[in-house]
Order: sequence, then C-alpha cells, then structure tokens
Amino acid sequence: MLKPVAPAIVVRDLRKRYVDVEAVRGVSFSVTAGTTTALLGGNGAGKTTTLSMLLGVLTPTAGTIHVLGEDMTRHRYRVLPRLNFTSPYVDMPKRLTVRENLRVFADLYGLRTPAARIAELAQEFELADFLRRPYGELSAGQRTRVSLAKALLNQPEVLLLDEPTASLDPDVGDRMRSYLEQYQRASGCTMLLASHNMGEVERLCDDVIMLRAGTVVDQGAPRALLERYGRDNMEEVFLDVARGTARDRLPVEIER
Amino acid sequence: MKTVARGDLLHRQTGAMASLRRVRALILRHAYLLLKSWPRLVSMMYYPTVTMVLWGFVTIYLRPGNSVLQSAPGFFLGAVLLWDVLFRGQLGVSLTFIEEMYARNVGNLFVSPLRLYELIAGQLAMSILRTLIGVGGACFFAWLLFRYSIFSLGFPLLAFFVNLLMFGWAIGLAVSALILRWGLGAEELAWAAIFLFAPVSGVYYPIAVLPHVMQTIAWTLPSAYVFEGMRGVLLDGRFDWSLWQTAFVLNFVYIGVGAALFRWAVGYARNRGLLLQMGE
Repeated sequence: MLKPVAPAIVVRDLRKRYVDVEAVRGVSFSVTAGTTTALLGGNGAGKTTTLSMLLGVLTPTAGTIHVLGEDMTRHRYRVLPRLNFTSPYVDMPKRLTVRENLRVFADLYGLRTPAARIAELAQEFELADFLRRPYGELSAGQRTRVSLAKALLNQPEVLLLDEPTASLDPDVGDRMRSYLEQYQRASGCTMLLASHNMGEVERLCDDVIMLRAGTVVDQGAPRALLERYGRDNMEEVFLDVARGTARDRLPVEIER
Repeated sequence: MKTVARGDLLHRQTGAMASLRRVRALILRHAYLLLKSWPRLVSMMYYPTVTMVLWGFVTIYLRPGNSVLQSAPGFFLGAVLLWDVLFRGQLGVSLTFIEEMYARNVGNLFVSPLRLYELIAGQLAMSILRTLIGVGGACFFAWLLFRYSIFSLGFPLLAFFVNLLMFGWAIGLAVSALILRWGLGAEELAWAAIFLFAPVSGVYYPIAVLPHVMQTIAWTLPSAYVFEGMRGVLLDGRFDWSLWQTAFVLNFVYIGVGAALFRWAVGYARNRGLLLQMGE
C-alpha cells in the first residue's frame, strides 16, 4: 500500500500567551498523513499547550491549525469525530465500570455496534477481565490501557497522545507500543505524541519536533537528529536541547 | 489487528439524530451513576422528604387556629414540594456538570464530537430525572404520612412544575458557569445559590407582605408568579393564566442569560487552558 503524503496536520505561526507568559511562540510544523511525529522538550517547553490547541480545548492567541484539511478554530466539529486523544490530565468517571465508560464514549462517537467494538478492543488491550470493574478500582497502568482503548474506539484518523505509556510497566508499555505500530500500519492513522520516553520516540516516530521555551528548535527523523547532534541515543539529544547545550555541537544555521 | 471502513464503524447520522444520540450518551453516563447507587437515590429524596415532614407537622400544629390552613390544608406542603422542584431542577443541572469535574472527564467531553448545546441538553434532561426522583419521593411520603396529594392541584401542577423547572435550569446554568470560571472552590454555590431567591419568591407568604423594594425584585422572578399562582389555586380555586404566562416569558429570558453565561465561561476556560486540567 502506498503511503499518503499529504500533511494531516499543518500548524503555522502558532502562539499562546497567558496573562504574563508566552507559552508557545510562533510554532510551525506539519505532520505527514500516516506518520508518527513526536513533540519533544523539557517541562514547560510547550508540548501540552500545543497539543491542547490542536485538540481545540485551548484557544490560540495567534496562528492557524489545520487538521485533515479543516481549520480547527472554525470547523472543529468536522474534525473531532475523526480524531481522538489520551492525556494524563483527563480521566474517566470512576464509579462507572470500564464497559460502561467505553459504551458512553462509543455512543458519543457514534459507533454502530458499540458492544462488538468494545469486545474487540478489550481483547486487543487485554481488558476483558476488567470490563465489569469500576474504572476507579483499576491500577494506573490498567487505566492507561482503558484510555488508549477509548482513544481508538472511533478508529481515529488522527491520534494525539500525551505521554501514552507513562504509567505502564516495561512489559505492558512495550505491548502498547506494538499495538500502536500495528494500528498505524493497518489504518494509516497519523499520530502526534508528546513523550519523555526516548526509547518510545526512537521506536515509534518518523519525525521529531524539538521544542524549547515555546519554540521549535529543531526537527528531523530520529536517525538524522542523532547524526546531527553526534549522539548515540535520543536521550542525549533531548538533554542537549532541553539544557540548551546543543550550540557547541551544531553548525550555526541549525540553532534558530 | 483489523480495521474496518469508517462508514461501517460509525453511524452516518447527522444533524438532529446525531445530536440526540450524543445527548442520550450523556444521559446514559449519568443514569449509570445514579441508578446503580441506592445511597445516591436515597440522598436525592432525603432532603425534600425531611423538609416536607417538617412542614406537615407545622401544618397540623397551626391548622386548628388558622383560617388559611383550614381552607387550604396543603398550603405549606404544596409550597414546600414546589419549592423543591425549583431546587432539584437547579441542582440537577449544576451537579451533572460538577460530576464531570470530579471525574476529570471535562476534557474527554470537549474533545469528543459533543456540542455545547448537547452538553446543556444532557444537563437539562438529567435535571428532569433528578427532580422527578427527589420530589417524587417526597410527594409519595406526603400522601403516606399526611394524606396530602400534590396532584390535587390538577392541571395547574404541571404548569407550575414546568415554570419552576425552567427557572431552576436558568440558575443551574449560571451556577455551572461560575464553577467553570472559578473551579470546584465555587462548588458551594451549587447548594446555596437558590436560597438567595427564596425570600423574594414568596414560597410561604404573598409577595404583598414584602417591603416595596423586595416586591419590585420579586416581580422580576418567575418563581414569585408561580407561588402567587399556587396560592390562587389553593385559596380561591382559580388558576391565573396571566401569572403563568409572565413566568414563562421571564423564564426564556433567564434561560437565555444562563446559557450565555455558561457559553462565556466555556470560552474563558478554553482561553485559559482549564478544560483539560479541570478537576479535584
């Protein structure tokens, strides 16, 4: 199957100013459809702020966002049925069982056969044993799996993931990453993720956008970044960027 | 790993049918919560029932020497039950939204295809359900303990119910807006806001007994017209349509203001990045 090449996400000169802080300062990037891109940066670099604006839950101060060809600030509701997300900042009703929670979201997204889709995802994410348990009684790792299942209910064309495997043990984390890879291969979904797990970024991502203090400081494929920074792994590249120590290691034109 | 064509996975519904499905999903979410928890159901009936019992005994105590209570034994009981329609109607809207904040589920809802007006419609639907459960329980005990049936008011009961519920919705939306703006720290408003309107609604006394300034305020509130109308039915056996119509028109104004406030608060939260981070 040929990979589509049109950008699924196009961000131009995106800015977000709170009262006295400019959290995002003129960020521009695009994400090719069917690829996975990571937003990397230290705490406060603007990753979650950027993702929030992409999701339409945060109004940009300036700039434009197009997702699947639609202007997110004006036609958000044309895109939202085709998009989904997970974030550590949100949860699900704790007294509802896992099945009830998934059923509610299945109806919100308009699934034709919710029960069948829930059963399918329960099998994929090994949730079958938890379906009847209240969401609030699950461990953090189990909740993360339920959140991922919720994010895939509508078989999204664009998936935004904020720290998708943050609270999972290495075994389950690895299985979730495998699942995301398989899902992308099968569906051609576009993924944009914010993560602090550099192994995850190297494994999943075709492209990496490096953020510092609300600006894009570099962008490229993980392998290209490793070569450019003369490092052995993405963690070292991340530290160079987050600490601003990359200057000594880079040609002048790369530091923008 | 298998995927299917999106057309096979998702409904093709658009417009009103899609909206109804999403509102139904919200109702389902809260119905799951309510109907599986008997303590929640009991607590919804508890306060209206206890208040009703209190006024039932006050009626028994005062009735022998009171001409009003002799001609209209349901004077206080009808008032307290209708007041609870207003209170439960408002709580139903506010608490439905607060539940989402407790659950840190607001972000999930605002990233789903759910529209703001559908969220509001879900809150209003839950308000009806909560009111029917809460006040319904109290009505049952009023009949059981005092042999008073609120249904003896006849058709006017439905008219009063509609107007009070609508005014409760308006206040509930305004309270939800304030909670969205100031966070769960403002949660107390959900329980206390309605009592600001109690003295000027004339629940247990005619508006005419109020000082002039308070009378002026009272006549801007739909609830004052409803309780005046209730007294007209109980004491004179006459239902005044003009009072009902004025309350109905005022309700549309108040609901418009409440919805506008809620919309403004959502815009504020969207601008400040509160929607994803909202919760306990």
